[in-house]
Amino acid sequence: MARILLLFTHPVLEKSRVHREFLKQIPRHDAITFHDLYETYPDFLIDVHKEKRLLLEHDIILFQFPFYWYSAPALLKHWMELVLEHGWAYGKKGTALSGKTWMNIITCGGSFEAYQPQGKNRRTVEEFCYQFEQSAHLCNMNYRNPYVIYGTHRLDTEMIQTEAIKYRQLLLNLLTEEPVTLNTLQI
Amino acid sequence: MDQSSFLYQALVYLTAAVVLVPLAKKAGLGSVLGYLVAGMVIGPAFLNLVGDSSDVMHAAEFGVVLMLFVIGLELEPRLLWKMRKPILGLGGLQVLCTMAIVMVLAMTMGYDWKISLAIGMIVAPSSTAIVLQTLQEKGLMKSEAGQSSFSVLLFQDIAVIPMLAILPLLGSGPTSPTNGSHQSSAWIDHQPAWIQTLLVLGAVVFIIFAGRKLVRPLLRMVAAARVREVFTATALLLVIGITLLMTQVGLSPALGTFLAGVVLADSEYRHELESDIEPFKGMLLGLFFIAIGASINFQLLMNLPVLLLGIVLGLMIVKGLVLFLLGRFFRLGTDQNLLFSLGLCQVGEFAFVLLSFSRQEQLISNEITDLIMAAVALSMALTPILFLLFERIIQPRVGTKQALEKAPDSIHEKNPVIIAGFGHFGNTVGRFLRANGIGCTVLDIDSDRVDFLRKFGFNVYYGDASRHDLLHAAGAADAKIILITIGDNEKRLEMIETIKKHFPHLQMMVRAADRTDAYDQMNAGMLHIYRENLDSSLRMGVDTLRLMGRRTYTATRAAQTFLRYDELAMKKLSSIRDPKQYINISREFIDELERIIQTDTHASDIGQQKGWDEESLIEEMKNPG
Repeated sequence: MARILLLFTHPVLEKSRVHREFLKQIPRHDAITFHDLYETYPDFLIDVHKEKRLLLEHDIILFQFPFYWYSAPALLKHWMELVLEHGWAYGKKGTALSGKTWMNIITCGGSFEAYQPQGKNRRTVEEFCYQFEQSAHLCNMNYRNPYVIYGTHRLDTEMIQTEAIKYRQLLLNLLTEEPVTLNTLQI
Repeated sequence: MDQSSFLYQALVYLTAAVVLVPLAKKAGLGSVLGYLVAGMVIGPAFLNLVGDSSDVMHAAEFGVVLMLFVIGLELEPRLLWKMRKPILGLGGLQVLCTMAIVMVLAMTMGYDWKISLAIGMIVAPSSTAIVLQTLQEKGLMKSEAGQSSFSVLLFQDIAVIPMLAILPLLGSGPTSPTNGSHQSSAWIDHQPAWIQTLLVLGAVVFIIFAGRKLVRPLLRMVAAARVREVFTATALLLVIGITLLMTQVGLSPALGTFLAGVVLADSEYRHELESDIEPFKGMLLGLFFIAIGASINFQLLMNLPVLLLGIVLGLMIVKGLVLFLLGRFFRLGTDQNLLFSLGLCQVGEFAFVLLSFSRQEQLISNEITDLIMAAVALSMALTPILFLLFERIIQPRVGTKQALEKAPDSIHEKNPVIIAGFGHFGNTVGRFLRANGIGCTVLDIDSDRVDFLRKFGFNVYYGDASRHDLLHAAGAADAKIILITIGDNEKRLEMIETIKKHFPHLQMMVRAADRTDAYDQMNAGMLHIYRENLDSSLRMGVDTLRLMGRRTYTATRAAQTFLRYDELAMKKLSSIRDPKQYINISREFIDELERIIQTDTHASDIGQQKGWDEESLIEEMKNPG
């Protein structure tokens, strides 16, 4: 059974209908750790030591956030800058995250069509996520294509419920995966 | 009006000082020369306004006593240790060589070796008052020459003590009661010399013991009462007590108070004592110099002009040469060495003290005493002229100039930040700055706290932070920022005015108890105002919002927004506020609150963040086109 770290990043959760419903559907399970970055670090003062320990204790790292300006909210970028240290996460001696899984869970206001070459955003979400893919690669992590919920602006309550159930199923499926064998406890 | 009446005398002396000292300073001659000239003008030689000045001289000698007390206070053991090499080497050699050469010269002129030695001791010290003041006025204290001068002067100050102890041993016998300016014919005058010497040592031991075991607890008690003038009174009482005690056992009061000063130098009340005594010392020293000016025997000068001038020049040349050679030996640059040896080649005010002492001992005849006294005064009078000479003529022509800002590990280095008040508010800022490697000098009025902080190695000055002399002692002239964190608003405003006046370069950060204080401080022109409870009450608000279920980040942003808004509103309200219309404070507070709350309705406008707001976007998607 894989251990999952759910790094949740949303500056205004109170305004998000989708994420609020999603969070309610997270299975209560010892192997799932929910970590709310904006709630923990309202002043952006990230406890790097604690974050590194959390990363080491899990096999699958899920980054859940709304897609702002084709990227993650500011705090997640801030988190990457501070936590993914050279010599720890990447570089010659940076092997702490080797073999772990990186996967984004992204909600987009725009529709699937809008994120197509012919759509108004002209690129797919996968393409926009190239920065994360490359970051994971640099850290020797297994990058998975993002799990994307499109068109959240048009979802009604019922549709959000359906999405939330699917989200729950995703987490349950990930739980059943094999843990990373290579786990060096290095901070 | 009776000529000898006290008020008339005071009028003459003060007028002379008030008129001539500023003139002398303006002419670049320094205040000591100003006092001397003032004395000459009112003395018998010119206006003859004061008659016999010896009474005044006698009273003014107390100024020397006070000066020695302050010198003692300034002798920090730590500082002495740090400068032991130049003090002992340069200073020690200067005193010994000068003494030896002058003694040999006097002996070749046919004087007894005892008198020669006494004369050597009398002329060896230079004038601390003139030289330090001149160096400070010219900003030369941190230069090589300034530091060397300081070391030599320091050694001379200390050397006066053994000199005062040795002089009685050279004396030709017991003093007759009718002679000498000191009133009491103490019983020890009738004792053999070796008993007198024992008594000197005994008195020294007593003062050291009393200073440690009796005076400190007394000062602590008085300080705890927090009545400033009583502290001043205690300081004066201390000095006068020692003076009387010393006179009683036939010792120099100056010696006693100097010792007391040294004993108290490492006590927490050092700066307080120093700045309390300072004004008295300054006034009386001024008086002392005036009296000396008035007592210069012009008749003698007229009768023996060549001899007198010969003595003056001879002394200055001998002293100057010794200094110059020592400066060479201690590797001073040429121009620095010239400044050093020209600056210190006069005979100092200690000569007057030693002279009056030796006159009591009947060691030196009155005629020689008068001659030396006139010579000393003249050499002192020439000093500012020598400084001018150096500045205008010598320095522009001689060798390399040294950047005065150099000497990085100088002991006078001050902290860039001063914290006035280390209570609830100040200590948090202070600890924060210290943790981040910013050197802070602390001023505090609470003696217990001062003791405590000193134990932890803080640089703490004890006393009333609104006094400019204390601020000066704490290094306000060199500091960049001062944090005014004392608890009393009146005092804070007083401090602001003092600093604006005396240290206009200092950036002020001010604590305010509430909005009313903040308004006062705004009116005083303050830009950095910190209301005591603002941040913590907002933090309380943040946590309350969280407990009410709001997101932490949202609550935090709300508080940040509110803080900024509140500062803005403060500025706006301060401009429409008219404090005169309020008779009672609570009415003012309520009215103020009313205005604030009315403005608060706009707070949410300021805080609104449209960047994360998707409603208009959703609206647009629903109604395309």
